[in-house]
Amino acid sequence: MDIRRKLEVLADAAKYDASCASSGSSTTRRDRRLGSTEGMGICHSYTPDGRCVSLLKLLLTNYCVYDCKFCVNRVSSDTPRARFTVAEVIRLTLDFYRRNYIEGLFLSSGIVGSVDGTMEQLIAVARGLREDHGFGGYIHLKLIPGASPELVAEAGRWADRLSANIELPTEQDLRQLAPEKTHAEVTGTMAVVADGIAERAADARAGLTAPAFAPAGQSTQMVVGATPTTDGVILATADALYRVQKLRRVYYSAYSPTPHADARLPALRPPLLREHRLYQADWLLRFYGFEVREVVAPGANLALDVDPKLAWALANRDRFPVDVNAAPRELLLRVPGVGVRNVDRILAIRRHHALTAADLRKLRVNWKTAAPFVLTGDHNPAVRRLDTVGLKRSVQPTLFDDLGGDA
Amino acid sequence: MIVAAPDFAAWRAAARALLVAAVPPADVLFDDGTAPGLFAAGELPPAPTAAAPEVPRAFVALAEAVACHREAQRWDRLYRVLWRLTRGEPHLLALATDDEVSWLLRAEKSVRRDVHKMHAFVRFRAVGGHFVAWHRPDHRIVRRAAPFFRRRFPEMRWSILTPDESVTWDGVGLHFGPGVPAGAAPPPDVLEDMWKTYYRATFNPARIKLTAMKKELPVRHWATLPEAAIIPDLLSEAGDRVAAMVAHAEGAGSAAAFMPAARDLDSLRAAARSCTACGRCGPGAPPAFGVGPGGARVVLVGDHPRASGAADDLLAGALAEAGFDPAAVYRTHAVKRAPRPSPAAPREPHRGAGACRPWLTAELAALAPAVVVCLGPHAARAVLGPLFRFAERRGEPVAAGPVARAIATHHPSAVLRDPAGTGSEMGAELVRHLALARRLAARGPE
Repeated sequence: MDIRRKLEVLADAAKYDASCASSGSSTTRRDRRLGSTEGMGICHSYTPDGRCVSLLKLLLTNYCVYDCKFCVNRVSSDTPRARFTVAEVIRLTLDFYRRNYIEGLFLSSGIVGSVDGTMEQLIAVARGLREDHGFGGYIHLKLIPGASPELVAEAGRWADRLSANIELPTEQDLRQLAPEKTHAEVTGTMAVVADGIAERAADARAGLTAPAFAPAGQSTQMVVGATPTTDGVILATADALYRVQKLRRVYYSAYSPTPHADARLPALRPPLLREHRLYQADWLLRFYGFEVREVVAPGANLALDVDPKLAWALANRDRFPVDVNAAPRELLLRVPGVGVRNVDRILAIRRHHALTAADLRKLRVNWKTAAPFVLTGDHNPAVRRLDTVGLKRSVQPTLFDDLGGDA
Repeated sequence: MIVAAPDFAAWRAAARALLVAAVPPADVLFDDGTAPGLFAAGELPPAPTAAAPEVPRAFVALAEAVACHREAQRWDRLYRVLWRLTRGEPHLLALATDDEVSWLLRAEKSVRRDVHKMHAFVRFRAVGGHFVAWHRPDHRIVRRAAPFFRRRFPEMRWSILTPDESVTWDGVGLHFGPGVPAGAAPPPDVLEDMWKTYYRATFNPARIKLTAMKKELPVRHWATLPEAAIIPDLLSEAGDRVAAMVAHAEGAGSAAAFMPAARDLDSLRAAARSCTACGRCGPGAPPAFGVGPGGARVVLVGDHPRASGAADDLLAGALAEAGFDPAAVYRTHAVKRAPRPSPAAPREPHRGAGACRPWLTAELAALAPAVVVCLGPHAARAVLGPLFRFAERRGEPVAAGPVARAIATHHPSAVLRDPAGTGSEMGAELVRHLALARRLAARGPE
């Protein structure tokens, strides 16, 4: 099979992995001759699905002995199969990188032979890039759950980011759709990475020059909408992963019809809006100081018609209005329509003068949403609407207008 | 007064002199030389003798970025803010809502974004051993963006051409030169088709979000991005590709949906007759359920039923040689139906194993045998999981659930295919493994 055909098959097979970030790596590696990582990742292109192309995202092979129902590469799927050699992936990565098409490589693989054998192949690509070619660009390796700790440790030496996919939010979902996998196995692999990162940090604090270990941390991915599991349960799983495994990111991937899909799965348009709400809720947990139980009850789903922050404000009107000229940061962060950046700007400005409604508009606060929830330095008549029945409708964005219009 | 300020250094020197001479912003007009001026630039005040007032470091960084902005009035705007900063408003930069500051912040953001887009959207093309790109930034940012490429591509020789300015890296230093028109862009690179192949493959047609895409990948940059040429094709294909994906769903899923409430052998066998899980069985073509006594202590699991009798004969011979009473053995298959003949997919027995697995699991549970013999790697994986390594672990008794042990051995068809024939080492191994299974069964549960 020629290399272009392999690229077609193995990029197609990898595209359902939501992770594309190339950010968060600390410093450019020593002794490199080509490539850099400078903290902020770069999206080199975007596809018409609105997603960033930052890394060459490939599977080493899409042959797989597992039979995960949501996965196009499961053993029982009739999808075309291909297999790259280690040298071919290295060549493609370098060729694309030199033309500034990409920030680096995201490499995953179907499981063939054994778990450790597959992991060794992935490592061989990363090691070859780093050692033989002095490659300093971004490398994200997908860990094969259950791989031996020595291999995970070696992967961490070469990769900027590691990830092991949790796949589905609950053990029950896994039994149903990915019978060969368990959460215990995946979190066991994550724990090896978390230990490696912690150890590296401890060495650095002690003043030792320890070798790099996954400087961009670890992430995971969950498929959403393939089972009836609720958003409350999904976010609780994500929250536990953030706290226990110290993950940098949890990616949510709306289950999307794949070619050769197993008929047990919904053949529907993917629940993109739900995915979007999960990302918004995830953001609230990480940057806005919300707790899971505030955002959504365990048995419930996020509202689709309003974003989770606005939904919280509508349900907690007794906490409002918030005085933008006096309230502490934590409370300002809870005002719908006001983001972290604007909260910081408000805090800086109010040391010098009181903010008016006009000032907030200038900061491009979403005034339609925020108005009934804030007291400003001048008279803000919108506050009178706070306790009215029609509040939700008056602050609600038009359905989909924060999604870019096409969804 | 009109002051010439072709670049940041000139503006900075002029602004310092004007500030010391206490010339208010209303009395100055800066001319960056891009528009033909009506009046010639005037003389600056004499070189400052007094020290220039303290200027916050944040302002210098902001001004350096704003200096790249294409708007001709940026120098006047910068001077107005500088004037106020040094005349009683030292905290001015914190006031993002101030109209003058707000413009500077937006200009800085616009320049920052443009630099970021240049980092992202420069597309090198190999010309001999040199890498050349033509790019059209919004602002005059070549000098601001170039160091990034020096850090990123130290081992390459490269040039980036833009309408305002060009820059070349020769492995030692950055060299800046005049701007060049789009016509000077290098010819396409052979790798661009490969890149388009990747771009097409990585796009998911089930998730079109074109507005979101255009926000991040502004259409004005499309001309220099090779992959943008195929966007119209991708969009027009998308509907058909999604329809094909959905239509291509495979199998009806799992036998689990057809499982009867009672799990004894007779109930299972009866229920299996109506199973359409994989879409291959149906009325007139029932699944081939297992045969043999319900109390068998040994169960043989094959991969799937076959038409040929030669393998059956070989197996019967091997069973007899191993000391089995053939009537005491229960025989079944991992997949209950022979595959469609398909030269393209010689490994097809493996498919459908997922759909049939619930039948095999229930069958083994109902029989509760002492030993399960798996004939061939496909059967072994169906019983022992997908990571079972047949080549290394065949002939070894392994745990298969709470009661049974399992032994994987050669499939009789494989023995038949062995060029050495029935007297081969494979045939002998099959007999040895079967004999071991018989002894294990006789010994009873441990």
